[in-house]
Amino acid sequence: MSDLSLKLEKSDRSLLQRLFEAPAIGKMSLTSKLLSYSVLWFWAIFVIFPIYWVVITAFKDAAAVNQGPFYIPFVDFQPNLNAWRVHLSDPYCDAYAIGRQLILLVYNTFAFIVSPVVSLQAMEPQICKTYLAFTNSVVIGAAATVLCVSIGSMAAYALARVQYKPKFGNILVFVLLALGTIVATSYAGIPWYFSTAVGLVLFFLLARALGKRFTSTLGNGDILFWIISQRILPPIVVIIPIYMMFQAVGLLDTHLALVIVYAVANLPIVVWLMHDFFVGLPIELEESAQLDGASRFGIFWDIVLPLTRPGLAATTLLTLILNWNEYLFAVFLSTSKSQTMPIMVAAKNAGEKGILWWEMCAIIVIMIIPVILMAILLQRFIARGVLLGAVKG
Amino acid sequence: MNSSNSFQPGASPVGISRTRSDRLNEWLDRHSQTFFIAPAVVLLLVFAIFPTFYSIVFALSRVKFTANGLRFRFVWFDNFLAQFSGNEQAHFLGRLTNISVLGWVFFAAVTAATLYWLYKSFRNGASVVGLIGRFISAAMAIFIAFLLGATLLSGNPWGTLMTTMFYVVVGCTVQFLIGTALAFLCSQPISGKNFFRVLFFIPLMITPLGVGYAFKMVLDITKGPLQPLWDAIGLQNWAWSTDAWAARWFVILGDSWQWIPFIFIVMLAALENVSRDQVEAAEVDGASNVQIFREITWPQIMPVAVTVILIRMIEAFKIVDLPNIMTSGGPGIATESMTLHSYFLWRANDMGSSAAVAYLLLILTVVVCSSFFNYIVLGQLRKAK
Repeated sequence: MSDLSLKLEKSDRSLLQRLFEAPAIGKMSLTSKLLSYSVLWFWAIFVIFPIYWVVITAFKDAAAVNQGPFYIPFVDFQPNLNAWRVHLSDPYCDAYAIGRQLILLVYNTFAFIVSPVVSLQAMEPQICKTYLAFTNSVVIGAAATVLCVSIGSMAAYALARVQYKPKFGNILVFVLLALGTIVATSYAGIPWYFSTAVGLVLFFLLARALGKRFTSTLGNGDILFWIISQRILPPIVVIIPIYMMFQAVGLLDTHLALVIVYAVANLPIVVWLMHDFFVGLPIELEESAQLDGASRFGIFWDIVLPLTRPGLAATTLLTLILNWNEYLFAVFLSTSKSQTMPIMVAAKNAGEKGILWWEMCAIIVIMIIPVILMAILLQRFIARGVLLGAVKG
Repeated sequence: MNSSNSFQPGASPVGISRTRSDRLNEWLDRHSQTFFIAPAVVLLLVFAIFPTFYSIVFALSRVKFTANGLRFRFVWFDNFLAQFSGNEQAHFLGRLTNISVLGWVFFAAVTAATLYWLYKSFRNGASVVGLIGRFISAAMAIFIAFLLGATLLSGNPWGTLMTTMFYVVVGCTVQFLIGTALAFLCSQPISGKNFFRVLFFIPLMITPLGVGYAFKMVLDITKGPLQPLWDAIGLQNWAWSTDAWAARWFVILGDSWQWIPFIFIVMLAALENVSRDQVEAAEVDGASNVQIFREITWPQIMPVAVTVILIRMIEAFKIVDLPNIMTSGGPGIATESMTLHSYFLWRANDMGSSAAVAYLLLILTVVVCSSFFNYIVLGQLRKAK
């Protein structure tokens, strides 16, 4: 192209067009650069500011919060550790208490498991509220994540590799029997363990008998859709019955209850994300391992899981964060012993003195720090388009 | 996991030398199909499907607390009907008196359009299942249009159903537009990309509870950081929590702060997946940025865009923490979502009505989300293939 034609082209364009004209392909013009950066920085401030405000409020005292806004520590107001002292000055606020609490959890779980056979005296917690909530959040979050990711990825792998054919008749039988059990228990006053046992026995008998008659089946796609669609279910629909179920078996306000519920709530996400990774794996490796006589579980553990390590890590982090932040189930299912951090935050709102902002912010800061670290880790996986594949499929 | 004798040539699979653990392993392996999927299915059946059915019993009963536990009395659909008529109607649907002309016109227009759409799909020969689905979607659309005309367009207060729909529709729209715009900016050749990417992602990971309290604090009129701003524009005596619209928009603000990162991160990945070759070829040919975006980028990211909106919608229907913390559903019931409505009923020990509202939320969510999935997401996915 000659200089002349370029000049002609330029004079054709309006001022606005020329302002946004890129100097070269793959570059941006100065104006659009300025605009982009100002928008991005504006958004960055919008994102940072609430977090910044929570963090500095955690280092304020009552006066610094109530006497109008103070923005910059050491300039506007003198930061202090009052809010933190409140949380850590209770008795049993030390590393020993946390260690004892962890032992207690293991021991009490053991005591619960053997309770039908031997009745062991459960240990009483001896730990300050903040540490109790923190240990609970860590233990429940970690246990629920491990349970959820292991069960979910096994199911996702099986759905990607094995052809399942659940019979339509069996599903119908299950639904009818479940409804019958519920109605019998709630209206006729039959004890739940009796009606459930009868329901289960009837299901296995009827499933056998009907299985030969009705042969129309569903496929893997249907099962996958069914599992993922459980995410649509609003938690408020199931929370009251779940509360009643745990009450019936005496699991209210226990860690086990929250672990199970959190694991179920995140199962659809895990299955959905992991299924996508497993489908993308080449099947040849597994086939040759099978020829060598490896068991299915061996193949899954030794070959498949290591191959999906990035996806597995991303899914685990995501589940961990979701469990760490969960509030609604915890409100219903925990009262004192299994309180998690979010409950602790909300509790600061309940006093007669109004909201103790500085104390609340200190707990929110404790909650936020590990999550931000995890978010930075997770972000590196997601940047590689980990989520994208699942969204596309 | 290898059973040792399976390698010996000629050894029968039922060898005498097998130990008990070998046999156990083999049995486990033979049924591995079941063991892989059974835990997930059983957990979902027991803790998702079973409670959903159990919830029906709650919703169809008057529940009483007695010394021996709960006493259920079957009352048919009383709990549901109570939400649609009588004194609970204003709470759930809004006040439906004195409907304005504009409201009727809007309702008539939407009804006519929906019926025409139904008629068209009937003429085009949809399957029976498809027709039933369309009929349900159409009924829901007409119902929501009626509520919109009777409350918003007639100046009447809303109920919790409309508030939930407001959070879903307005929230998703705002979040999608801003999230995609930010993703687009970040996909341009700018420096500091990784910094913005990490920073913009963080709010998604913060507990909704913390977001609620942080925004309650930041938006405080007298002690919050924006106090000089309120003073400057003469609003120092204005309590936004007593203004229905302001309160709703501030809940949306907090919700957007949390959820725009989700749209941002997925759309950014989608935008970076757009083939560079096509874009550069278009640039060489002298296409403008707008043209490139409309003709090349948009069609490629469209399937991801509609899917991400669907996921966001599903989560948006569950909104509870933010309105609960920022406004406790107030002023009055102006910011109360359906989950919060159900939660308040549960706290008032009205289990039957609580379960009924929760069930109505489930129906609303399923109908709206599956309509969106069937008529928009599937269409886009098919177009992409």
